[in-house]
Amino acid sequence: MLMYVVRRLLQAIPVFFGTTFLIYFMVFAMPGDPILALFGEKTPNPAVLEALREQYHLDQPFIVQYFLYMKDVFTGNFGTTFSGQDVGDVLARTFPVTLKLVIMAVVLEFLLAVIIGLISGLRQGKFFDNSSLVIALVLNSVPVFVALFLAQYFIGIKLGWAPPTVGANTTWAAMFLPALVIALTIYVTGMRLMRGSVIEARDADYVRTAQAKGLTSRRVVPVHIARNSLIPVITNTAASFGALIAGTTVTEGIFNIPGVGRTLYQAIILGEGPTVVTFVTILTVIYVIVNILVDLLYAVLDPRIRYV
Amino acid sequence: MSERANDHYVAPVEETAPQAIDSVKLGDRKSNLWLDAWRDLRRRPLFYVAVAIVLWVGAMALFPTLFTDVPPNNDCLLANSNGGPEAGHPLGFTRQGCDVYARVVWGARTSLLVGVLVVVITAAIGIPMGAIAGFYGRWIDSVLSRVGDIFFSIPYFLAAVVVMSVLSQYRNVLVISVAIGGFAWASLARILRAEVLQVKNLEYVMASEAVGRSRFSTLLRHVLPNSLTPVIVYLTIALGAAITAEATLSFLGVGLGSDVMSWGNDIAQAQTSIRTAPMALFWPSLALTITVLAFIILGELVRDALDPKARARR
Repeated sequence: MLMYVVRRLLQAIPVFFGTTFLIYFMVFAMPGDPILALFGEKTPNPAVLEALREQYHLDQPFIVQYFLYMKDVFTGNFGTTFSGQDVGDVLARTFPVTLKLVIMAVVLEFLLAVIIGLISGLRQGKFFDNSSLVIALVLNSVPVFVALFLAQYFIGIKLGWAPPTVGANTTWAAMFLPALVIALTIYVTGMRLMRGSVIEARDADYVRTAQAKGLTSRRVVPVHIARNSLIPVITNTAASFGALIAGTTVTEGIFNIPGVGRTLYQAIILGEGPTVVTFVTILTVIYVIVNILVDLLYAVLDPRIRYV
Repeated sequence: MSERANDHYVAPVEETAPQAIDSVKLGDRKSNLWLDAWRDLRRRPLFYVAVAIVLWVGAMALFPTLFTDVPPNNDCLLANSNGGPEAGHPLGFTRQGCDVYARVVWGARTSLLVGVLVVVITAAIGIPMGAIAGFYGRWIDSVLSRVGDIFFSIPYFLAAVVVMSVLSQYRNVLVISVAIGGFAWASLARILRAEVLQVKNLEYVMASEAVGRSRFSTLLRHVLPNSLTPVIVYLTIALGAAITAEATLSFLGVGLGSDVMSWGNDIAQAQTSIRTAPMALFWPSLALTITVLAFIILGELVRDALDPKARARR
């Protein structure tokens, strides 16, 4: 196991430098003045321009710029946001909120996938199976921002069952609606994995043995079928955890949830290019780290992976 | 080659019943993976629904004037701002007083064009990367797979946000397709590499090399065509996902310029008056959802049809 952990961490090093370099390259190796390009149609004030050139070491050759920037990142100096706040402080304030939202969404996704997938698998080819697949596919094709607007309008504004925006009140209850919407738009993959492994488990020898020795389906279904079908769903859910942390931009923007994603959302909407780059880099690094943790979790759950 | 020789057992002639050859009836209907899949698809009503939607949206993209004669951009009267449906304007008006129906029809062209371009770019990078990495193995695989890992590790939506922010002066259909497809290929390369790894050890590949075909020609003629199943499924679903990505980027204001007619732009503009005129937001959203759904269902049906095991289970 230790060997696997070491190998996985070593593999992550080139990915870490590769991703940060790629983002940096896309921004700063473009012809022309990258800082001006990031501002688009706006004309920034000369003092801001100067500060940004300083922060990104634009007087140095490109490759030196990148390593100086990485040095800053490793020493915890992420620079400042457009409005002058320290990026480290902003992260400390916003990351817990994002984590809370994503944990809730992932738990809901898992429950939906397991419960609906289990019933579908047990009633393969029947009405429930077919209709649940069609419903899940429809929910999956609604773009997230459209789904969020619909939920905000119908459940938040028309019915008043949940607050249409979250704001400073970041309780679990206040963030339930956006978390549920995220879960509903992505649970299809987990559901199909669960369904597939339930169908396989149903015909497995150990299930037939369990039934042959007289166990009722009350015991066979949860203990023998469901429990053995969970691994692919768990790994899929864990993988979506990283994707969701990186992908809450739109959700947090629309529901006004003060997380990392909303900071990026506002920077995008206001055209604050340098802040966009900073936060995309941070979210990418978080995504890489979460994926390493997820891989380690796989190895704990499924020992076969360690020897591949 | 020599180390492979022992792995394969060739049955002696006397163990192979010669009658087996005679029992093949030439009159039987032809069958191969693609024909079977096609027969399977033809029996599924959902397939016709999905194809009809795709053709319909395609027709709107190619010939918008067949569907509406109201100009989508001119003739917008602010007097009609957020107005309800009336004769000749079945879906009402946007905030700017433009006809919602006409804009939905004309927006199809942008969405489909982005979807198709992204799929072309994804395939053009992902297929060679995945096929070469999987087939040649060794250091080529290591290098290409590490490059793929890097692209795979940047969520492609975030990458597209950065590209579009940097290229803020060039927000057109081609640039946005490159921004999305330039990162989305990494998943395709992974899927294809895994498939090629399986296919390249099959007997017919060895046979192809044994009769003197070059490695590269074997890859093109035998390995690649037999590894395309997951690629086709992935690309069909990716087309829908690309349309969503374009709409989301446009919605955030880093997609297409606001002068381009697209469903994403229309949704973004209608968003400001969601409380007073939700229908202006609803119709382009509905068009977007139905189009994406058609591609996803098509992908799922093709996946099922191309998988003999799934066919047998049904």
